[in-house]
Amino acid sequence: MAMIGQPLDRIDGRAKVTGAAKYAAEFRVPNAVHAVLVQSTIAAGSITGFDLKEASDMPGVLAIITPNNAGKLTHPENVPQAVAGPLLQNKDILFNGQHVALVVAETLEQAQSAASAVRLTYTRGEAATSMDAMLGQAYPPKHFRNGARPPDTSRGNADESFATGAVKMDATYVTPIEHHNPMEPHATIAAWDGDRVTVWTATQGISGVQSTLAGQFGIDKANVRAICPYVGAGFGSKGNTWPPATLAALAARTVRRPVKLVLSRSQMYTSNGYRPRTVQKLKIAAAADGALLSMRHDGFSSMSRPSLGEFAEPVALATEMLYACPNVAVTHRLVALNAALPTYMRAPGEASGVYALESAMDEMAVALKMDPIAFRLKNYAETDPHENKPFASKALRACYEQGARAFGWEKRSAEPRSMRDGNILIGWGFATSTYPTNRMPSAVKIRMEKDARVVLQCGTQDIGTGTYTVMTQVAADTLGIPMHHIRFELGDSNMPPGPVSGGSMTVASVSPSVQAACRALLDKIKDRAVAQPGWGGQSRDGLQLRDGQVVGIGQQISLATLLEHGPIEAEAKTQPGDEKKEFSMHAFGAQFAEVRVDPDLGEIRVSRYVGAFDGGNILNAKTARSQLIGGITYGIGMALHEETLVDQETGRIVNTNVAEYLMPVNADVPDIQTIIVPNDDKNSNPLGVKGIGELPMVGVAAAIANAVYHATGVRVRKVPIRIEDVL
Amino acid sequence: MAKTYVSATINGESAEFLCETQQTLLDVLRDVIGLTGSKEGCGSGDCGACSVIVDDRLVCSCLMLGVEAEGKSITTIEGIANGDTLHPIQQKFLEYAALQCGFCTPGLIVATKALLDENPNPTETEARYWLAGNLCRCTGYDKVIRAVMDVAADMRGEKVA
Repeated sequence: MAMIGQPLDRIDGRAKVTGAAKYAAEFRVPNAVHAVLVQSTIAAGSITGFDLKEASDMPGVLAIITPNNAGKLTHPENVPQAVAGPLLQNKDILFNGQHVALVVAETLEQAQSAASAVRLTYTRGEAATSMDAMLGQAYPPKHFRNGARPPDTSRGNADESFATGAVKMDATYVTPIEHHNPMEPHATIAAWDGDRVTVWTATQGISGVQSTLAGQFGIDKANVRAICPYVGAGFGSKGNTWPPATLAALAARTVRRPVKLVLSRSQMYTSNGYRPRTVQKLKIAAAADGALLSMRHDGFSSMSRPSLGEFAEPVALATEMLYACPNVAVTHRLVALNAALPTYMRAPGEASGVYALESAMDEMAVALKMDPIAFRLKNYAETDPHENKPFASKALRACYEQGARAFGWEKRSAEPRSMRDGNILIGWGFATSTYPTNRMPSAVKIRMEKDARVVLQCGTQDIGTGTYTVMTQVAADTLGIPMHHIRFELGDSNMPPGPVSGGSMTVASVSPSVQAACRALLDKIKDRAVAQPGWGGQSRDGLQLRDGQVVGIGQQISLATLLEHGPIEAEAKTQPGDEKKEFSMHAFGAQFAEVRVDPDLGEIRVSRYVGAFDGGNILNAKTARSQLIGGITYGIGMALHEETLVDQETGRIVNTNVAEYLMPVNADVPDIQTIIVPNDDKNSNPLGVKGIGELPMVGVAAAIANAVYHATGVRVRKVPIRIEDVL
Repeated sequence: MAKTYVSATINGESAEFLCETQQTLLDVLRDVIGLTGSKEGCGSGDCGACSVIVDDRLVCSCLMLGVEAEGKSITTIEGIANGDTLHPIQQKFLEYAALQCGFCTPGLIVATKALLDENPNPTETEARYWLAGNLCRCTGYDKVIRAVMDVAADMRGEKVA
């Protein structure tokens, strides 16, 4: 039986339900001491001095590292990522909560205590803390999509055609700062041995940690080892190598002992990025029959001071490709503030952008008096209208159909406030989802031991997604041996490199190398077989591996016998081909939400949810369903709960904890039905997968906002939607 | 700094340890005793990842001092399974895919154990509200609830339709 596609339990599950799984902070490194960060309490200016007398006299304190004495990082600019600081390399204060010192002590409690006794003096500068006040000074990103495309694009003439529309909308949508809040705070243990450093670190990209630390400390990549077998999720916050990992290594070099640095939950709000606030202006015009004539999407996203790096939220990319509209213009702008550097967060670009786009499309459907799905179908893009290429595959129509049927969409009455359960208003909302299919190079090593058990290794990550499990499935099918004879290892930069676990690309990137490595191993097994005495007449390609035997024409030999000569090893590297030139590669989905709104109290509850997704080939139905439900829940948080609040006076984040940063809890989430629409996208990659980590969250906030409009008649153009917005 | 001697029962076995008076029970479990299954997600009692059972009460071990464990019986995630045999709660969490990254999982399993010890027949609403103090960012919660309802029925000896 083929293992690929089966709903198998996760292989790492047993270690996780027993508490045995070891996360970064849990490795026992002898002689390790503890580091605690000190952070700024002003948003702009510079440090004029430190008073360290009290802190340095406290018990157990080994070092207090400040910009005055911090070791210089030799090549802070020579790293493969957009995060440039703060790394205690100068005295500028660019945001509130910036790292300004690091206290190292024998115990955690001693370090915490001394950190609270560090005193600073500043000269205060003028801080820009309000994005709305700074919108007029927005500027184009310098490295949009790493320079792969310009921030502004257009086809036709969006502005001229807008004037000719029979039905038009022109509105601004706002999404807030959000924080990833993975349940595991970032942690790093760093230990030097001469000029070699080992870090146990919570990361979505061990290869990135390796090359970043090598660049920053001016040492060879081979002298950096990053280890991370389990990570307590990341959602983008552990994609880059953020300053705390570097500072742990810097501290370890200073005190000449291993150093453990674990961020507090509060420090997570200024240490490893966030989803920036966006202001998005949408202008759409259509003919009376619903055919789109013009779309304009101008996206502004909040940023740090430019010297800390650059991240631009690519909100309008989906607007280019989702609908067959002849005239489209999109722009992306940054608004620099005294804030930490933002970064990727689950479904970067699409989560914020498709919220605005699909809210605007709902407004258009209402104005056209068309069913929202019929309006999308009227403008369905059979090919990518922006790149003028065929889609590698697109089963969006089937997502609409199957999602609508499961939800019971045909029973919807179009008029707002027309559906009730007693006093409670019921709203049904819909939105489209889409996310690009990505792939990067990877390499895998494979070894069949003398007992015929197989170990595969790749320096990739399992951030809770199921990498351990699905890669074992792929290997089992390719080798034709049982899964329990295979062990897939990951999370160590000594292994062949894999890409960052971001952009929903781990399976698309790593599984082709798993498959190729297994095939290379099979070839070597067969080579060994045909080299056996009496096997001269067999052709290698005619041999088969079956039940532990290599079977040829009229003869067979056991693997055990072949392996008496020693283990067999192979390695494979794979990379994307020319498919991106030929095809537009995207995953798709349809999101359906039911909300119940109390008309007197304004309380909004999501009571029912259906999502139907074309995520390409699904390698494990159980882990896939987990990703889909989890992504939808993340979207529920975006729609109704999550918002990081910044005090405009001080530039300080005021809700730096998981009690006041609201996120969905058990009692907030309904029974969610997910539908996997069968597809197999071999145009995109050998396993036919599209990636499903981000797709299920895209469009959720729009579906819920549209449902709130349908329930109440109130169009809320920002998230999260609060009680006061609908009263 | 003088350390305090504490004698307690941890996962059914008598345990003696020395700890500083300001150390939380969570830090003692993780750093002194080496039981790292209980996690620190927030350090302020908001997330439930450090949940342990202390004398039949569900407690956030980050909110209790190590010295307060004197004379108490403590159950952590490491004490839930029976040797190599998983507890039915752990087994159902696996089957229902009620875990992903696994960081909140020990706390959720310990909290579920405390729920079913106290109320073997919870309604779904009771289970959701009991577990509302355990934050999870991956699973979307529903699979957790399905696992809890199923294992509760199993442990009561009922067949589930």
